[in-house]
Amino acid sequence: MSDGTIPPGPAPKSAYFLSHEDEEVERRTLAVIVDNEPGVLARVVGLFSGRGYNIDSLTVAEVDASQHRSRITIVTQGTAHILEQIEAQLLRLVPVAEVIDITNSKRGIERELALVKVAGTGEKRVEALRIGEIFRAHVIDTTNESFIFEVTGASDKLTQFVDLMRPLGLVEVSRTGVLSIKRGKEKG
Amino acid sequence: MTTKTKAKPAADAAETSTPRMMTGAQIVVEALREQGVSVMFGYPGGAVLPIYDALYGQDAIRHILVRHEQGAGHAAEGYARSTGKCGVALVTSGPGATNMVTPITDAMMDSIPMVVITGQVPTHLIGTDAFQECDTTGITRTCAKHNYLVTDVNQLARTIHEAFYIATTGRPGPVVIDIPKDIQFATGPYVGKAGILKPTYVPQTQPAPEAIKAVVDLMTKAWRPVFYTGGGVINSGPRAAKLLRELQAVTGIPVTSTLMGLGAFPASHPDWLGMVGMHGSFEANNAMHDCDLMICVGARFDDRVTGRVDAFSPKSRKVHIDIDASSINKIVRVDVPVLADCAEALEAILKELKARKAKMPDLSAWKEQIDAWRARRCFAYAGSREVIKPQYAVERLYELTKDRNTYITTEVGQHQMWAAQFYHFEEPNRWMTSGGLGTMGYGLPAAVGVQAAYPDALVIDIAGEASIQMMMQELSTAVQHKLPVKVFILNNEWMGMVRQWQELLHGERYSHSYSESLPDFVKLADALGAHGIRCDDPAELDAKILEMVTHPGPVLFDCRVERAENCLPMIPSGSAHNQMILGEITGNEIGEAGRRLV
Ligand SMILES: Cc1ncc(C[n+]2csc(CCOP(=O)(O)OP(=O)(O)O)c2C)c(N)n1
Ligand SMILES: [Mg+2]
Repeated sequence: MSDGTIPPGPAPKSAYFLSHEDEEVERRTLAVIVDNEPGVLARVVGLFSGRGYNIDSLTVAEVDASQHRSRITIVTQGTAHILEQIEAQLLRLVPVAEVIDITNSKRGIERELALVKVAGTGEKRVEALRIGEIFRAHVIDTTNESFIFEVTGASDKLTQFVDLMRPLGLVEVSRTGVLSIKRGKEKG
Repeated sequence: MTTKTKAKPAADAAETSTPRMMTGAQIVVEALREQGVSVMFGYPGGAVLPIYDALYGQDAIRHILVRHEQGAGHAAEGYARSTGKCGVALVTSGPGATNMVTPITDAMMDSIPMVVITGQVPTHLIGTDAFQECDTTGITRTCAKHNYLVTDVNQLARTIHEAFYIATTGRPGPVVIDIPKDIQFATGPYVGKAGILKPTYVPQTQPAPEAIKAVVDLMTKAWRPVFYTGGGVINSGPRAAKLLRELQAVTGIPVTSTLMGLGAFPASHPDWLGMVGMHGSFEANNAMHDCDLMICVGARFDDRVTGRVDAFSPKSRKVHIDIDASSINKIVRVDVPVLADCAEALEAILKELKARKAKMPDLSAWKEQIDAWRARRCFAYAGSREVIKPQYAVERLYELTKDRNTYITTEVGQHQMWAAQFYHFEEPNRWMTSGGLGTMGYGLPAAVGVQAAYPDALVIDIAGEASIQMMMQELSTAVQHKLPVKVFILNNEWMGMVRQWQELLHGERYSHSYSESLPDFVKLADALGAHGIRCDDPAELDAKILEMVTHPGPVLFDCRVERAENCLPMIPSGSAHNQMILGEITGNEIGEAGRRLV
C-alpha cells in the first residue's frame, strides 16, 4: 500500500478531558443581536453557565424597537477553540440573529459608564474633584461631604479612576459593563 | 473582526382572508391537524382540560393515553424516530411538565423532532406558586431546542406552527409550548402554517461548493478511507441513506456507524464494518484508528465513539458533514468542515465525483487489512447448552424476526449493546435507542410510539430487567390501545452494565447493582392484561420466541440469561481505539485517569 499521499492533518484537539493549557486564553467582546422575546437573556446567560464559559461583563438593552432587536454585549475569555464554540453555540439559539466579534482593536470601540460616589472633606475633596476633571468625569450630584461622578471610557480607565478615588473616600461604584461598536460607516 | 449572521429569509407571507375565530384549545387541535399530526401521546390534568375537551369527539388525531408523562415523551420520540415525522406529546402543568423533562432532554441529545404542549396555570396566577404551577419554560430552557410561554391567544396558532418548523428543520429537536389555561379558553384567530418563518432561525442546508471540492480532492487520494456515519443520516431522511449507499457504491469506501446511525447502511453489505465506539467492532475501531481519511457524516465525535481523544485516529485527515455548526470542531479538529444537511452534501459529493470522472484509488490493500481485523471475530462468545447466553438470545431473535416487518427499540445497559451488536439492520428508522442521554425506561414507551405509527409491524423492545421496571406501567397503555408490542427482557438479575463497570473499575465490589427481589414478570404481564412467557433453556428458546412473535397482543418475555456475562469487546474509558478488550476482563485495563471518566 502506498502511504502518505495525503499529508497528515493537524494534531487532534478536544474539549473532552484533553487540557488546553498550552493554548493562550484570549479576551473577547461579543455583540449578540437577539430577538427581544421573553427569556432570551436567560437563554444566553444559561448557555454560558451551562457550558462552563466565562462572563466578565454583560450589558443588554433594546436597540431597535421596530424589529424587537436587543443587543447583548458580552465580554468573555477562553482559548481560541472555546471562543469558536461560544460563537457557534450562541448562533444555535433560536432567537440569536447575529454574533459580532468586536474585540477592542483597530476596528472596534469599547466604552463603559460608571457612577462613582466619593465622600470626604478638605484636601481630599479637592483632590477628588481635580482627578475627576482629568478623567472628564461629570459631577452629577453633590453635597457638602460627597460627590457622585459620572465617568465614561474604556474599562481599564474606569478601573484606574476608581482606584485613584479609593484613598479619597470612595463609597460605592456602579458600572454598566462594556458597550461596543465597530468603527467606520458599516454595521456590525 | 468577524460577524456571523444567519441569512435573512423572505418576509412572512401576508395574511389574506379574514381569519377564523376559535378558542385557544380549538386552535391547538386545528394547528396539530394542519401540521399533519395523526397520533399524539398524552396525559390530562387541570391545566390542559380545555385542550382535552377540544380533542373529545374528533377523530382526525388519535390520542394515546399513557400511564406516566415520561412515557408520552418517549412514545413521541419512538414515533418520530421510526416515521421521520414530528412526535407530539400533551401534558398538564406542574408534575406533568416536570415528568417530561427526561424525554425532552433525551430528544435533545439524540436530535429527535418533538413538540411538547404543556398546560400552565392561568396567566394571572403565574408567579404565585399556584397549585401545580412550575416554571416550565425556565426548567426546559436548556434541555429543549426552543420553548415558548404563550401569553396572547392571538399568537397561539403562529407559535405552534413555528414550533413545528423549528422542531423538524435544521438539527431537529424538542420544542416546548407552555399554554396557560386562560389562553386555552380565550378566543382568537386561527392562522395557517403557510409562510410561518423565524427570521433569526435559518438552518443552512446547502454545502459550500469549495468544501465539496476539498472533500473530493481528499477522497480521490485516500488509500485507507472510512465513512463514519451517525444519527444525522437517519434524521436527514431516507434520501440521505440512499445517497450514502450510492456514494459508497461509487467509491467502495468501508462504512461504520455510531449507535444512532445503525440502519443507514445495510449490515449485510461486505463493506459494513459494524458499529464504532466503546462496544463497537474491532474492525470498525481499528479502521477508524488507522485510516488516512475519515469522512464523518452526521455524527458528533461523542466520547463513547472517540475514546481517548488525543489518540483518536492520529493519522487521518478528517471531513465533518453536519447541519449544526457547533458540532464541528467541538471535540475533534477537522480538516474540512461541511456545514450542510447530510443528503445535500452527499449528493453534491456524488455529483462532483462523477463530474471529475476521477479514478478512485485501489482500496484492496486496505480491505485486506480490514479482513484481517474481521478475522479476529470480535463478537465471538462461548456458547452454552445449559444457560441462554444473552448474545445467543439476540442472535436467535434476529434470525427469527429479520424477515418480518420488524422495528427494534431498547432500554439502556448491556442488553442495548448486545442488541446493537447482534441485531442487524438493513434500513434506516428501524432502530430506536436512547444514545446520548442513555435513558433507562426509554424502550417500552418508544415501542408503544412505533407501534402506534405502524399497527401491523412487529415492534420489539429488547430490554433489561432493571430498565424495564422504570417504565413498566406503559404495558398497560399498550393493552388499552391494542398495540401489540413485544418486550424481550434479557434478564440477568443484575444491572449488568453497572456490574461490569464495578468488575472493571472497582475491584468487583458490587455495590447496589443486584436487584434482590425481581417481580415475577409472567404474573406481572398477566396482571397488566398482556401475555407472559418465560424461558431459561436454550433448547426451548426458538419456539418461545416464535410464540411471542405470533401472539396477537402485547407480550412480556422473561428470557433468563447468563448472569455474569460481560459485554465485549470494549474500549475501556480513557483508552484508544486500538486498545480494545477482546477476550476477558482482567480488572487491570483501566488506569487511574480512565477511572475518573464516565
Ligand atoms: C435513568 C437511568 N438511571 C441510571 C442509569 C445508569 N445505568 C446504566 S445501565 C444500568 C443498568 C441497567 O440494567 P438492566 O436494565 O438490567 O440492563 P443490563 O445492563 O443488565 O442488560 C444503569 C443503572 C441510566 N442509564 N439511566
Ligand atoms: Mg440486567
